[in-house]
Amino acid sequence: MKLNRMIRPTSTRFFLAGLLFLLALTAVTFQPASAQAPTPSDDEVNAIAKHLYCPVCENTPLDVCPTVACAQWRQQIRDLLMEGRTEQEIRDYFVARYGDRVLAEPPRYGFNWLVYVLPPVLFLAGAFVVYRVLRGSYRPVQQVEAPPPPPDDDPYLKRLEEELRRREQEGQ
Amino acid sequence: MDQTVEAAAQQTSRRLPTWAMVLAFTLLVAFLGLVYFGLRNSMAGPLSIGQPAPKFTLQTFDGQVVDVRDLEGKIILVNFWASWCKPCEDEAAALEEAWRRYQADGDVVFLGVDYVDTESEARAYLEKFNITYPNGPDLKSSISDLYNISGVPETYIIGPDGTLKYAKKGPFLSINEIIMVVDGLRQGNTGAGS
Repeated sequence: MKLNRMIRPTSTRFFLAGLLFLLALTAVTFQPASAQAPTPSDDEVNAIAKHLYCPVCENTPLDVCPTVACAQWRQQIRDLLMEGRTEQEIRDYFVARYGDRVLAEPPRYGFNWLVYVLPPVLFLAGAFVVYRVLRGSYRPVQQVEAPPPPPDDDPYLKRLEEELRRREQEGQ
Repeated sequence: MDQTVEAAAQQTSRRLPTWAMVLAFTLLVAFLGLVYFGLRNSMAGPLSIGQPAPKFTLQTFDGQVVDVRDLEGKIILVNFWASWCKPCEDEAAALEEAWRRYQADGDVVFLGVDYVDTESEARAYLEKFNITYPNGPDLKSSISDLYNISGVPETYIIGPDGTLKYAKKGPFLSINEIIMVVDGLRQGNTGAGS
């Protein structure tokens, strides 16, 4: 009985020690793996790059730009993704370094709002003006009543008919 | 007579209300203003020799802050470069060699402005060519906008009086080219140009 009591704690202690060892080993084994982020794919990089423009190659989105500068920028995006930065953080990083001009769309603040507001406002204003002009040029056709028939006792008509009749008889 | 008055009244009511005309005019002026300023900035020509050089502050890769206002009385060579720029590599060694020639005297300052570049590549470039004069990124392209550069490399030399004395688009072909200009300015020859 006594021996059993002694043995049990000993085996439990060994079991616990072994468990702790395994846990520690697991932690040591998996720690580097979890800290190392996977390399982002080209698609992941290009998903962000297509919203950016390199100032050197105007009007060419970063994801299709063939220059060395753009390749370096894409690598920069890859590095930032590996650091765990979000898409917005990466955009902010590029804006901080290179200015708003790298963005495909101007940020919506200050005078930039005019870019978004002016075109639709001008379009609507133009449509309104066209509408007014067209409405002004349209005149509904007025119903013009036919003049009343001349009265039967018009002496001029009587004379005319008589003259016609006379000429017809003379012609026959 | 009555019909004429009625027709005139109808014509008046058909015109746009005043507020609409004012709004349309304001929008048109705003739009034209935007176009004007956009064109003015994009079509602005290069800086001319003799004009006051634009003032700027450069934060170097080492963390120093260089303000050209603090360098008044010295000759300042401002070189725009980028690590992806092959012609920049052609002049990198000559610039460094020229810098080492003037560094001890203290009356000539070289500043490198890294244009649209990634920091890691820029640092590798500086290390590759063993460049020791102050260099820093052109954050938001603010300095290159001031100088209205058309590409890299471009070099501007500011005289002791703060005016632009020399401008060069493209790389220096040799150290002699740099020395000739800088020495000319040191000797008081302000007739340098691009």
